[in-house]
Amino acid sequence: MRMLRVGRWITAIGLALLAGVYVRALAFTPIEQSQGLAQKIFYLHVPAAIWAETAMILVGLASIVYLFTKDPRLDRFAASSAEVGTVFCAIVLTTGPIWGKPIWGTWWTWDARLTFTLFLFLLYVGYLLLRSAIPDPAMRARYAAVLGICGMCEVPFIHLSVYMFPTLHPMPIVLQPGRPKLPWSMLSTWLLSLGVFTLLYVGFVVQRYAVSYFREQLEAAGEVGHA
Amino acid sequence: MLLAEGLRHRFGAIRALDDVSFTVQPGQTLAVFGPNGAGKTTLLKVLAGLIQPQHGRAAVDGGRRAIGWIGHQPQLYGQLTVRENLRFWATLYDVQVPGDLLPRLGLEAHVDRPVRALSRGLVQRVAIARALVHDPPVLLLDEPFTGLDRVAAEALSRLLAEHAAAGRASVLVTHNVEEGTGLATDIAFMRAGRFVHLAPRAGRGAEQVSEDYRNAIA
Amino acid sequence: MRSPDLLRHAWAVASKDLLVEFRSRTAILSAAVFVVLVLVVFNFGRDPTAISNVDLAPSILWVTFTFAAILALNRAFQLELENQALDGLLLAPIERSSIYVGKLIANLVFVATIELIGVPLLALFFNVPVLSYLLPLGALIALATIGFVAVGTLFSAMTVRTRFAELLLPVLLLPFMIPPLSWAVLATGRVLAGRPLSEIAGWLNMLAVYDIVFVTLAIFLFPATVNE
Repeated sequence: MRMLRVGRWITAIGLALLAGVYVRALAFTPIEQSQGLAQKIFYLHVPAAIWAETAMILVGLASIVYLFTKDPRLDRFAASSAEVGTVFCAIVLTTGPIWGKPIWGTWWTWDARLTFTLFLFLLYVGYLLLRSAIPDPAMRARYAAVLGICGMCEVPFIHLSVYMFPTLHPMPIVLQPGRPKLPWSMLSTWLLSLGVFTLLYVGFVVQRYAVSYFREQLEAAGEVGHA
Repeated sequence: MLLAEGLRHRFGAIRALDDVSFTVQPGQTLAVFGPNGAGKTTLLKVLAGLIQPQHGRAAVDGGRRAIGWIGHQPQLYGQLTVRENLRFWATLYDVQVPGDLLPRLGLEAHVDRPVRALSRGLVQRVAIARALVHDPPVLLLDEPFTGLDRVAAEALSRLLAEHAAAGRASVLVTHNVEEGTGLATDIAFMRAGRFVHLAPRAGRGAEQVSEDYRNAIA
Repeated sequence: MRSPDLLRHAWAVASKDLLVEFRSRTAILSAAVFVVLVLVVFNFGRDPTAISNVDLAPSILWVTFTFAAILALNRAFQLELENQALDGLLLAPIERSSIYVGKLIANLVFVATIELIGVPLLALFFNVPVLSYLLPLGALIALATIGFVAVGTLFSAMTVRTRFAELLLPVLLLPFMIPPLSWAVLATGRVLAGRPLSEIAGWLNMLAVYDIVFVTLAIFLFPATVNE
């Protein structure tokens, strides 16, 4: 129960800070010249995208160790990370078009990064569907681990395939050594937002982990039917 | 020859094995009786190495190659003929199909028929032949009499007797006390994953064992 | 265990599968009919005056192959579950991986048969000149097919034991098919347009890398799908 509370607190702090980030972004950070107000979504969009992809890598790494140790905690972590990754993907996929409409003049385009996130989202959905289709916990954990590892190895290939198409997407401007194009005020807001999203990821995962732990306890006691 | 030590295993909420230990020596036949869902099939699968138990250890001298499995599912391919099926399984064990195997089970007349065209009883006889194709020193039998006609049941009993007489070991699980008792040297009753009784048969007949079974399980 | 053993046992499993398939022929016939139907549907679902055949052919070819392959992939392990034969395979003193490699070989032969039917039909229906580019086209199809059939065979070992096998396999597999598929479509377009081979070398390389990565991965991961 303590864990659930800790997770709730982390999430609450994260959400409060997110509000803070946006106050800062809207009121105290300069408006980007060519994009105008729409650029403000960048502080939400990019950190979410970074964690959406990182979450998949973490699912894969946890899955590799799971197959060796069969430690149920790793399976629980992988499942939690995948669920949070799905939510972050959804954030990216909704904020992207909101930004794209005023800037590109279209809601959806088969742009490389957007397409990449869509594939990532589909990978997550498949992973969660597979989990929900298997009642036996041990089998569910093994199968999910196999898919999670494949998913992690798939990430670079999706990168390779989507970047071969011509792109309209702004190139990464944050991490370009030697060419700091981003003014410090924007960068600091963005870094703050990245920190907040890290906190949100941890908070959500901890909560989700605690919930699946309780669920397993109830399942073991035979009080909950199989999903 | 065959050893089980403190086996525990659960599937989610279901406790399939709960601290099961026993040994089977050459020439012994252990019959495990229990109601459906008592964990009998899980026990056999653990012994065969198909399930890694969560706790405890199961070992068979000679490993997987030493095991012959006769279950209620025949593990045969319906589209293939009897001969093709046996030849395939023999390949996996790197052996030839023994020449006397088919006559012993009365299958010579059916070698070139596809398995799915055979009657239930005949299919089960082919399944027995399949399990014996590599002449295994240990036999694991999961409800082997289910669906057998009288001739086939007698043939199986004879085979198991020969098997035991040759100093080999068997473990047989079934819910039907009448069927298994005659072949057994040792008797166990299983309920909710536990052995509630494990003793040599010591000359008990089917009726006596049935009564003991009712008392132990009820 | 030595690798000649692995390949020998894999071949035993594969040839058994193919023999079973040859006996019933329902799966391969349905898949062939499916290919014909998809090609016919495509003919009605396009505007021949707007897009030329050669431009559309690569997409038609790969969409057809993708769906036909997905239909075929569940079959390999369904066969083993029918009479619990899979338990027999797992009990036999063979490497778990040899079961996977056997299934992979059988699936590849199966999908290759479908493709052998599909390519001439595409050439016939859409008047695409494949004859002059048979070799590069064949290499391209082979490389792309190995990759997604390898992943699909691994996934089907899992999905057949779930309740929604027919639906779950495509849902899991399609995101994994998209990289090889997108490279294959682009490269097929170049081949059919008569471009020099050097233009598609990059795609062929990437397909080869994808094949190596996922075949290796699947061989290592397959035992985890059957070990309880």
